[in-house]
Amino acid sequence: MGLDATRGHPPETGWVAGAPNDTAAVDADDELGGFLVDEAVMSAGFAQRVKALATTAPLHDLDARKGQVQISDYTVYQMAELALHAIDLVTIAMDFDTGAKPETVLRDLVDRVAAQAPGRTAEEHQRVAEWVVENLLNVGSADRGFRAIYGTSGPNGYDRRSFDFKLLEETSGPDGELYLRASNEAVNVLVGALEVDLEAAHIAADVRLETLIKRGRLSEAQAAAQNARYRTIQYGELLRQRLEATSRDVRNVDWAEAMPEFLNEAREHITGRYKAENAILVNLTKARDDADTTTRKVQAARLVEIVSECLRRHDQLQSGLQAAGRRFRAEQDRQTFTPGPTRSALDLHAQLLRPALALPIADVDIALLTFFTSASGVSVPHALRLADFFEGLITPPAERDSLGDIIEDPDIEFDDEPARFPQASYDHLESLLDLDPEAPQRLSGLLADARERQTDDPEAEDLPLLVLVRVLAWAAQEIGAARRHHEASVLMAVDDGTVLDDSEFAGSDLLVARAEILQNERPNPLAAQPADGEDAARIAPMASIKNVAIRHDSEENIA
Amino acid sequence: MRPITPTTTASAAVADASRLVAFALRPKRRPARDETYAELTRRYRDDGGFAELVNAVCLGLDLVVLDVDDRHGLVAASTADSVFAVRMTDYARRTSGEGKTAERVLHALAHLGAATLAYPRPADLASPAYVGRVTVNGVEAFVREATRRLGEAAAEAGENVDPPADTPNLEAAWRVYQRRAASPGSGDGRRVSSSTIGMVSKALGFLADQGLLIRRSDQDGGTYATTSRYRVQVAEAGSRMFAELLALGITEVTDGTGTLTQIEWTQLDVSHIMTAKPTSSPEVGVAHV
Repeated sequence: MGLDATRGHPPETGWVAGAPNDTAAVDADDELGGFLVDEAVMSAGFAQRVKALATTAPLHDLDARKGQVQISDYTVYQMAELALHAIDLVTIAMDFDTGAKPETVLRDLVDRVAAQAPGRTAEEHQRVAEWVVENLLNVGSADRGFRAIYGTSGPNGYDRRSFDFKLLEETSGPDGELYLRASNEAVNVLVGALEVDLEAAHIAADVRLETLIKRGRLSEAQAAAQNARYRTIQYGELLRQRLEATSRDVRNVDWAEAMPEFLNEAREHITGRYKAENAILVNLTKARDDADTTTRKVQAARLVEIVSECLRRHDQLQSGLQAAGRRFRAEQDRQTFTPGPTRSALDLHAQLLRPALALPIADVDIALLTFFTSASGVSVPHALRLADFFEGLITPPAERDSLGDIIEDPDIEFDDEPARFPQASYDHLESLLDLDPEAPQRLSGLLADARERQTDDPEAEDLPLLVLVRVLAWAAQEIGAARRHHEASVLMAVDDGTVLDDSEFAGSDLLVARAEILQNERPNPLAAQPADGEDAARIAPMASIKNVAIRHDSEENIA
Repeated sequence: MRPITPTTTASAAVADASRLVAFALRPKRRPARDETYAELTRRYRDDGGFAELVNAVCLGLDLVVLDVDDRHGLVAASTADSVFAVRMTDYARRTSGEGKTAERVLHALAHLGAATLAYPRPADLASPAYVGRVTVNGVEAFVREATRRLGEAAAEAGENVDPPADTPNLEAAWRVYQRRAASPGSGDGRRVSSSTIGMVSKALGFLADQGLLIRRSDQDGGTYATTSRYRVQVAEAGSRMFAELLALGITEVTDGTGTLTQIEWTQLDVSHIMTAKPTSSPEVGVAHV
């Protein structure tokens, strides 16, 4: 360990290659700096490709090196795959505030290790998992990173540069616990993408996902959805890093121009993503419900899950963005008005250890003891109270039953939740909604009726609200179940566009009717497709009912 | 846990201030896990009067407030004559008295070596986000390598490194360390506490008990990760020791870039090490410049 940083790609043989041009005036890292010529663009692109290649090198290096581990034979394990799994586990578990818990990652990774070599001992599986994670962290090297040397050809000849990157990182969270985080490069390795503009990549991922779903290619859509999720995580990580740098020192981040611009971009980005992902979600849900085979249903369900997860992460990002400005101001106050202890960074090795070792022990004794005393924390002496001490001494040790104390049965009182509406209201509801199939009613009429009944019978509390809740439920009425149970009719509510004019509630004035169900035997009772003309006429409004229901949930002011 | 009483009287505020100091004396407690601690930490930051009270309580107990943060709460360091100071004689037996200077120095070097390897570059010591990682074998090998270099330099300069027979305390620290065996066999496989490996192991174990390090695994004689609290303590201890060295006339000035750097490995080195040592210790990527 500790060697992999440079071992995998020594400068002589490593990631060194010439760009196919000689006139590149701008180097890859300064591509934003100024004037871009075609060759420079090519050169920048070339450098990006070389870098993308380099980030995968540590993974291949694991496989190359597994044979050299002598404690046991690691050659049966596919280390690069395990490393990808590890990065995957960390990335998915990464949250806006904290990273992945090392124990959880290791535990999950051990399962994958075990799957590769079920014959080996659990202890070895554990060791292999630890080996992989530690190598991704690159624990041995001083800066815990990897380095690749690459070069581009410019007017001044061949120009060698070093590219430093990390894959996994160990950081301590706000609660002082240790967490793992995956770096930007690691996520890029995961999606197999080149170094790209994040936002463009994100939009591309969404467009791709939508197209694939529309064409019904679910297995490809699933891969695309996973990519979209990685992009979302990457975006959050970017924001988190900037905020963290701010909390260290507000001057680390340009809050005058660059950061507000970034925040605006991020907000616009999220708005766009919300629209896109919600649209995808609707399409997907439809795909899931219409799926004809189990595999497709499962695939669609999994996609729904991934996209919902993306939306959840956007929520998180959004609240992070909203808090960003506040956090900046708080940090600015804190850092401006509290004069922090300004210690110049000390080089422990050159300034303390080496001089200390060179001195005679008689001289260095005091200095070293000073270090020892202040670096080893505090020891708390016992404050002894004699009365307690004696009592402790003379108290005989408590006899304990080997089975422990008798467990008492807890008294459990069943506390029923009181009904929201009194029984009287339900009785009125029954009679109120016993509609004639031939005479549909408007919601406004029902509400007026309910209010009248309420004035007559003071017991029927909140009757109008109960009517509204029930009618709204009908707006989302499923007729499939009623058909299966061979019921004669079903109550339903349909929106015909009339606006409800009411003092308490707002929304559409729904048309409430008892619809007759015509029992036509069809091969698939689940499919709500009309079979004949008359049935079509009765059920036609159903197609739009789903949307109506959603709209009402948001428009109607319940309680 | 007693609820925090509102500061209706001055004594209630003093009680709260002392309670925060009491939390600081239990270094494994964290604000993230204790509502009261978190509340008191916030109050220290926001309420200047309260902070002053806490500082006053610390002053009376011979403590110094080093840092207050949500991650580790209040970090208080003991001054030399504080009742809370960790004394070398309590830490390791048989270290008091004139003839035991060498033992004291070795134990303290184990601590200094651990801190140096935990924060190899000045930037690491300055960054609150940095998490260092040390192993028992790593720290021992690291300090031993430093002594070897000093020995080589002394030999090159043609110095006589042997101390006068009647004043053994004039022997250089590096030589004392180098003479001490790393891990002599005890016959039954246990560590000998007077070996340097034993001392480093004791030091790291002690720091973990003090809540300054977190034990991660048994690899390489024991692997530990640093805490943010340890960083604060080391920075303070370092500057205090630097002042002591300054009094001795030792002034090392650096440009802040650090004197430890990663070395480049050739394929030959790697194959050599790989065949010689199956589990290479993690510090091999670090070399002295």
